[in-house]
Amino acid sequence: MDTQRRPPAPGRGGRLRQAAAACLLAPLGGCYGVLDPQGPVGAGEKLILLDALAIMLAIVIPVIVAALGFAWWFRASNSRARYLPDWEFSGRIELVVWSIPALVIMFLGGLAWISSHDLDPAQPLPATPGQPTLQVEVVSLDWKWLFIYPDQGVASVNQLVVPAGTPLHLRLTSGSVMTAFFVPQLGGMIYTMNGMVTQLNLQADRPGAYAGLASHFSGDGFSGMHFETRAVPPAAFAAWVAAAKSAGPVLDGPAYVALSRQSQDVAPFTYRAATPRLFEQIATLQLPPGPGPAATPARAP
Amino acid sequence: MNLLGKLTWAALPLDQPIPMIASAAVALGILAVLAWVVLSGHFPYLWREWITSVDHKHIGVMYCLLALVMLLRGFSDAIMMRSQQAVAFHAPGYLPPEHYDQVFSAHGTIMIFFVAMPFVIGLMNFVVPLQLGVRDVAFPTLNSVSFWLTATGALLVNLSLGIGEFARTGWLPYPPLSELTYSPGVGVDYYLWSLQISGVGTLLTGINFVTTILKLRAPGMSYLRMPMFCWTALASNLLIVAAFPILTATLAMLILDRYLGFHFFTNEAGGNVMMFMNLIWAWGHPEVYILVLPAFGVFSEVVSTFSGKPLFGYRSMVIATMAICLLSFMVWLHHFFTMGAGADVNAVFGVMSMIIAVPTGVKVFNWLFTMYGGRIRFETPVLWSIGFMVTFVIGGMTGVLLAVPPADFLLHNSLFLVAHFHNVIIGGVLFGAFAGYEYWFPKAFGFRLHGGLGKAAFWCWLIGFYLAFMPLYVVGLEGMTRRMQHYDVPAWHPWLLLAAAGSVVILIGICCQIAQLWISIARREALRDVTGDPWDGRSLEWSTASPPPAFNYAVLPDVRGEDAYWSIKRAAGEPASPAYEAIEVPRNSPTGFVCAFFATVMGFALIWHIWWMAIAGLIGAGATFVVFAWRDRTEEVIPAAEVERIDRQNLQARAQALAGKAASA
Repeated sequence: MDTQRRPPAPGRGGRLRQAAAACLLAPLGGCYGVLDPQGPVGAGEKLILLDALAIMLAIVIPVIVAALGFAWWFRASNSRARYLPDWEFSGRIELVVWSIPALVIMFLGGLAWISSHDLDPAQPLPATPGQPTLQVEVVSLDWKWLFIYPDQGVASVNQLVVPAGTPLHLRLTSGSVMTAFFVPQLGGMIYTMNGMVTQLNLQADRPGAYAGLASHFSGDGFSGMHFETRAVPPAAFAAWVAAAKSAGPVLDGPAYVALSRQSQDVAPFTYRAATPRLFEQIATLQLPPGPGPAATPARAP
Repeated sequence: MNLLGKLTWAALPLDQPIPMIASAAVALGILAVLAWVVLSGHFPYLWREWITSVDHKHIGVMYCLLALVMLLRGFSDAIMMRSQQAVAFHAPGYLPPEHYDQVFSAHGTIMIFFVAMPFVIGLMNFVVPLQLGVRDVAFPTLNSVSFWLTATGALLVNLSLGIGEFARTGWLPYPPLSELTYSPGVGVDYYLWSLQISGVGTLLTGINFVTTILKLRAPGMSYLRMPMFCWTALASNLLIVAAFPILTATLAMLILDRYLGFHFFTNEAGGNVMMFMNLIWAWGHPEVYILVLPAFGVFSEVVSTFSGKPLFGYRSMVIATMAICLLSFMVWLHHFFTMGAGADVNAVFGVMSMIIAVPTGVKVFNWLFTMYGGRIRFETPVLWSIGFMVTFVIGGMTGVLLAVPPADFLLHNSLFLVAHFHNVIIGGVLFGAFAGYEYWFPKAFGFRLHGGLGKAAFWCWLIGFYLAFMPLYVVGLEGMTRRMQHYDVPAWHPWLLLAAAGSVVILIGICCQIAQLWISIARREALRDVTGDPWDGRSLEWSTASPPPAFNYAVLPDVRGEDAYWSIKRAAGEPASPAYEAIEVPRNSPTGFVCAFFATVMGFALIWHIWWMAIAGLIGAGATFVVFAWRDRTEEVIPAAEVERIDRQNLQARAQALAGKAASA
């Protein structure tokens, strides 16, 4: 069943132009943000953004020009402008002023409908030959990110390492309050909510480091709640997993409860092993949600 | 039992200099004003003419004054946020997170509930009965209660500055962050009770105005002869009646969670945060239109008056207004496309959201064609209106961008979103409120506002707005999310510096407005207008004196068409000697003020868990209504001779002014 539609990928020249546009917006820093996508999802979403913008500018710019032009020409001191003190209706103009926005919105609505289905975050990306989709389980905590790799049996905090060119399937939940997972250059923001699982499919096309952040306010430590997404060649990913397995603590129930206490600006680290089905235990509240500020007595795990 | 609940000396922010100094300064300022009022003997006048007044015009003015004062508070928060983000690059800045979080939460809450709402409600209060050609709203005392309950809410929010803390959750307190587990302090409780109390006031306003517009209109004022502002006021108040109960119920559920251990929105025991988001936005999206529709009404009046033409496509405008009113209830989900609801749900709500752009676009075109063929006089209200048209279409465009779900996945919660809603709320609602303030000020007080300073204020606001918010679109595209207390991405920093500069330009604009008010009052004799019709107006409010007498119209106008006063002026004749009759006006009542006093006591007590005091406040507020219900006299009669004397005096002054104008021309 071929339900997997590939989001439109920009051509090479287009990519250069996009990079140039993104850099124009960032005069003092490096390229960053949603106008410089590094994967098919971000690129597809950016294309939709620019398409919709172009369609609307075609009507918005004339309106602005007309507003300023009419106001200027029909100023009281302009004796050449014709004064029509009783002109208040024209069926023809009424027809046009209802039709133009209606047509534009029908066009844009079609764009929105099709793109919503093409870029549904829960829809799997086409698999790359020889590169099975990587499963990652994401838990937002106060105030750090926990990434569990169920197939590899390891986990990491505030650091998401993925093989480049490989589709990712993320399942996300929250271990405390609600927030949102977002890597601007990969696209596709999604909420994390306690007791619920959301899904997101992403892919980083090229190796690189892409900033990720919590993009929904979640309390005092929110501003420091970011993580680095490192896309590495597949071999380097295997090496990273091997290195992670060789050192670090074990992530089990008690270790998770300890991690779920509030802490800020946590430096990235890895767990050498993660208890199987830990994510399900968090999502189904078998492991309790984070205890909140220290002032409240922490619940027993 | 602790008689003061959770309230201890620790609630005073003695260790935090900024809130301490700010609240001390505010408290001293209020005390100084009160002392001046009492010592100079103005208190009886204030009590008689304003505090206990049930006259819609006085209540409208007080609403606008409340909005302007709270604008200063909300803007101080804005300046603090912009300066914090300007300096917090690779640095902690000067506002720690627990303070910064309160600042942005208070900014949003104050600007929406205690600036924008009172401003548009104040304009509606002042203008709608005058435009309908009637003598007051349907329930005058209830109107006073509404105002004072709104003031109670504003007072409670400001109390949180000096006693305790405000919410640290954002202007909409999403659970579970706002639940007791994660926000154990009184901040969220301040938020909840001030909005519950002021929300009752807003709901009463909605009921009052829907009744007024549907049931009280001058003879001949059929629905399709009502000025556009009355139509938008009707739509806005219908939305209030439909939407505010949702807010009250939603906040009540959160209160039950926090006070009585319920589990509506908690993580545990089956609580569901998604229900809160759906409910709060089922109120929240209509709220946007509650604010912006009356602003659309103001622009319709202003553009038509100063172009010297009737509103183009009046019936289209009515249809568009009511279409927006209806559609605004069908789009709430676009506030959380990123919840993962699925492609069909997202697409349906995306398309529904875009459909609102159709009637809105029609309105913009109709304003354009109202100007077409006009003789536009560039008074200050027109500047605000043209500034609005240009700014609002940009804001509308970015809004439709955000209504495309995949684009929203990139921009949701970013500063792009922040820039978008400021673009429509400042460019739409606030510009509209300022246009209305300039336009109707002479009607309320009998003298104009200073023109030059008004224009200076407009240009500062316009330039400041673009400087402050266009950079936020850019950093939003660069991936910056909202509500960050500090950051370390170099690309964002220059833009945030620019945005801070923009907020300084807006500050200059606000200073111009304060100076304008001050100088206009000082030079009121030079700016006086005795004709009652300084702008060559078209609707009925310009046919009576400025300020209008307590009874608005000595004889109720007889409406013969759209633009009622314009056709009267054209026919060049008001009846030479009308038959004056005695007029009944509602008696002043302290009910609103006393009730709000007890509501404040109750709200404060509930926030601090002082149960005996909460019960006392509740009983007091209830008893006030019982006393009011048992009153013996409800109205006062102004005898026909007095009506005649006032009316003749006004007509004579107007005739003299017009003759003087004709002689000098």
